[in-house]
Amino acid sequence: MDSAFVIEKFILVAVIFGISLVIAMYSTYAERKVAAYLQDRLGPDRAGPFGILQPLADGVKMFMKEEIIPATSNRWLFIVGPGLALLCACIGTAVIPWGTPIEIGGKTIPLQVTDINVGVLYIFGVVSLGVYGVMIGGWASNNKYSLLSAIRAASQNISYEIAMGLSIIALLLVTNSLSLKEIVDKQHGFWANGWFTWYFFKQPLGFIIFMVCSFAETNRAPFDLPECETELIGGYHTEYSSMKLGFYLFAEYINMFVSSAVMATLYFGGFNYPFMDLAVTHLGQNWASIIGVFALFGKICGFIFFFMWVRWTIPRFRYDQLMNLGWKGLIPLAIANIIITGVVIAIIEKF
Amino acid sequence: MSTQVFYFVATLSIIFSLMVIFAKNPIHSVLYLILTFFTFTVHYVLLNAQFLAVVNFIVYMGAIMVLFLFVLMLLNLNKDTEPSKSPLIKIVGVIAGGCLVVTLIGSLKSASINSPLILKNQGLGLVENLGKELFGPFLLPFELSSLLLLAAMVGAVLLSKRDEVEA
Repeated sequence: MDSAFVIEKFILVAVIFGISLVIAMYSTYAERKVAAYLQDRLGPDRAGPFGILQPLADGVKMFMKEEIIPATSNRWLFIVGPGLALLCACIGTAVIPWGTPIEIGGKTIPLQVTDINVGVLYIFGVVSLGVYGVMIGGWASNNKYSLLSAIRAASQNISYEIAMGLSIIALLLVTNSLSLKEIVDKQHGFWANGWFTWYFFKQPLGFIIFMVCSFAETNRAPFDLPECETELIGGYHTEYSSMKLGFYLFAEYINMFVSSAVMATLYFGGFNYPFMDLAVTHLGQNWASIIGVFALFGKICGFIFFFMWVRWTIPRFRYDQLMNLGWKGLIPLAIANIIITGVVIAIIEKF
Repeated sequence: MSTQVFYFVATLSIIFSLMVIFAKNPIHSVLYLILTFFTFTVHYVLLNAQFLAVVNFIVYMGAIMVLFLFVLMLLNLNKDTEPSKSPLIKIVGVIAGGCLVVTLIGSLKSASINSPLILKNQGLGLVENLGKELFGPFLLPFELSSLLLLAAMVGAVLLSKRDEVEA
């Protein structure tokens, strides 16, 4: 392990971390603007032109507010909760390939922090760990409503994780690999051998199941029962104030960014775009790679917009509807998807 | 380097697992158990068993412990609901613990660190090799254990449904 390698990875980690924070910051702004558009309002427009400094103003407000820790709560766990939520949200980006390798001064630099051979499972593990932030915070608040919210979050997370895992199994039957880099490389370009290369066109049902589950895992509407104001006052963060509340809100937006990136990587070709071989021959490897990075971020922004669009379109589920959808709707569908995928692959390979 | 990391993580595992027993609050116990499982994950990574590490991470830390925590939060245990500890139970506990210690010492005596087991295939823990082993030579035990799990699952569903059928 030479120092150049360490510096290279350090810069990459810092850049990715910075980008995910900035995107999360501007997601709050985008959410308010999208909501305003959908509800025929103007949205934030006071801070700077079109209100684009609004996230900064919100951040300053969060930092300046008074920090309150309830007297009866478990002080240590109360602080750990939001920290864990943000940590779990951030570490998911480590295995996502952001682009094809670029060459600087004769040295090839992969635009991925690490390519572990169980990348998909790593993402899955991080997602399943994310619920602890909510659970610990909700319990340490020593508030009945927060506790109820924590319990809801746990049961929702566990239920939808099963369907999510099953939908990934069907995808893995097609990809034959758990490494995210290999999965993206197999979706090279846009069209090959008479069919689209992106896995969305090979696994449409799997994608829909995966997407619904990632809505549930990120606690986004219509699955935001842990923060259902009408029933739980505020949800797991009722007792939180200042930047600890900010951490929870921020973690939700980073989760949204990460799950958008995962959906784009697994089903929509990641950094691949149509005519990418043409771009390599005409513009060179580096420019083609940069276009690929922009293509990936374009897809991610599209998914984030979709998250917001759904939030202001579909009302929140009732709790029994949520459980019915998860256990009686998505899980049988996901199992059927696995069987159909297996049969089709067997037919294609044998005949 | 790897040995030092092992001893550090092993010490952490022992400390956390002791804290599971000594913590007064059941929720704290479960949280320490989660940390213990996390150190186990690190052990698996040190052994180059990446698949096992990630599965341990997902299944134990991400699912089973969430359910433990869920149940404990629902029960909301406190001083009033604590079961009474009669002297008889304490004596039985001491005897059982003593037996465990004797067994542990006996097994540790026969183990020796001078002749460590060396893995023939270093990459055995990688997902591809593990899959080939599981679905090749060990196919029958693997399928049998999956059948056992299915039976347990069906049994659990049946037990929870029984009231409805009778009514």
